[in-house]
Amino acid sequence: MSKAHTRLAAFVITCLVGSAGLSGPARAGVLPEDRADVLYFRYDGGGVTINGPSVLVRKSIGEHVSVSANHYIDMVSSASIDVETSASPYKDERTQTSVSVDFLHGKSTYTAGWVNSDESDYKSKTLYGNVSHDMFGDLTTIGFGYKVSNNDVFRNVKIDDVKVNDPTFAETMKTKSFNVSLTQIITKNLILAGQYEVITDEGFLRSPYRSVRFFTDPLNQATEPEKYPNTRSSNAVSVRAKYFLPYRAAIDGMYRFYNDTWGVVGHTGELGYVHPWRSKWIFEGRVRYYTQTKADFYSDIFPRANFANFEARDKELGTYSAITTGVAATYEFKIDRFPWLAKGQLNLRYDYMTVSYDDFRDARFSFGSFGTPPPEPFAPGTEPLYELKANIIQFFVSAFF
Amino acid sequence: MRTRGLLVLSALAVLSAGCSSIEPWVKPYDRENLADPIMAFTRAPISQDFLDHVFDSREGSRGATGGGGGGCGCN
Repeated sequence: MSKAHTRLAAFVITCLVGSAGLSGPARAGVLPEDRADVLYFRYDGGGVTINGPSVLVRKSIGEHVSVSANHYIDMVSSASIDVETSASPYKDERTQTSVSVDFLHGKSTYTAGWVNSDESDYKSKTLYGNVSHDMFGDLTTIGFGYKVSNNDVFRNVKIDDVKVNDPTFAETMKTKSFNVSLTQIITKNLILAGQYEVITDEGFLRSPYRSVRFFTDPLNQATEPEKYPNTRSSNAVSVRAKYFLPYRAAIDGMYRFYNDTWGVVGHTGELGYVHPWRSKWIFEGRVRYYTQTKADFYSDIFPRANFANFEARDKELGTYSAITTGVAATYEFKIDRFPWLAKGQLNLRYDYMTVSYDDFRDARFSFGSFGTPPPEPFAPGTEPLYELKANIIQFFVSAFF
Repeated sequence: MRTRGLLVLSALAVLSAGCSSIEPWVKPYDRENLADPIMAFTRAPISQDFLDHVFDSREGSRGATGGGGGGCGCN
């Protein structure tokens, strides 16, 4: 066990032991508020467009139970750089349905949930449970969570110009995760939260479509399927803080450290500012920075065929950094004719993401696009580095009861 | 060995603190600012879930953000 792992384990176990010894007398906690949200979103970047609706309803049943349900649809139209250099553009749809139940008992809240995700070449079923407990006069909340996900991976092929699952290909993948969290009120204006999560994957972990490329000679290249390990374990620890400013506004910050058994080390930082204006408006600005090192078996181009036991060219396993900036506006309203409606909100949010890859080159300059070679091909490994820019828009209506 | 000793000492320190009664240093009547909706870490879960899914797809890191979803949606 490395020193970093030992220190992390020490922190977690100290929190667990401390929480067991410091639990105070039970007092009523609070369930999430009743609300309904309808969202429309659109992601447009890197040749991929994803849009669709999402509907979320949360309702209390009595004083101790709250249930929620979410239905979400991704409509994907993809001509991403991976697709452009090796396949034809495609359209797909992913439907996700989830339900959860919160049960409040004294100072503890027990949550159980189920998520079902369905797309033509990927089916996923997730079951999760969480327990959280308030203590120290409700200054501290500690939580534990466990999640297990079973996934079926297929590969789409065209037979007689009709898209079907490849009858010779069917794989599985299983994910388990365990997390602990601690939320602490520090002062009457400052709250802190920390979370640690370990995730393990086992099974078929690569894309059934993506290839790696390799040199056949110094000026030519060819491709072969990716080769991934069958397991992956990751650790992530995050800290976030939110501070109430004297003129009724809030600033918040987040930092997350990540590492995994594939050699990826990631750092995520986020800063946000929330500013109400008059009685009906809330404005928000946010910036997020992300950077990571590459996986041990990632390469933009390998020296030769079958160069290593494991080979990847997924750009999300390369070395890169990303900046996302976002602005949001909320307008609050009430309707006198609907006395059951405590409050309504209209929300608009826009985010702009740029991702700069340090070791993923734009192979369209050598391979071409959708089988059409470029007019002046670059030698493999000399193409410009790839950069992704994405616009993300969300519009949603919220009703509170 | 030294790390294990520190671990035991810190666990004992927290446990011994638990043996005495702890007075909340922020009283319930002092939590008006913290209860303001603008102080919620997640003001709109439906929006945050969608953004978490986008970040999960575009970033190699995962976990410790409170997200719950499943599925891929990442091609």
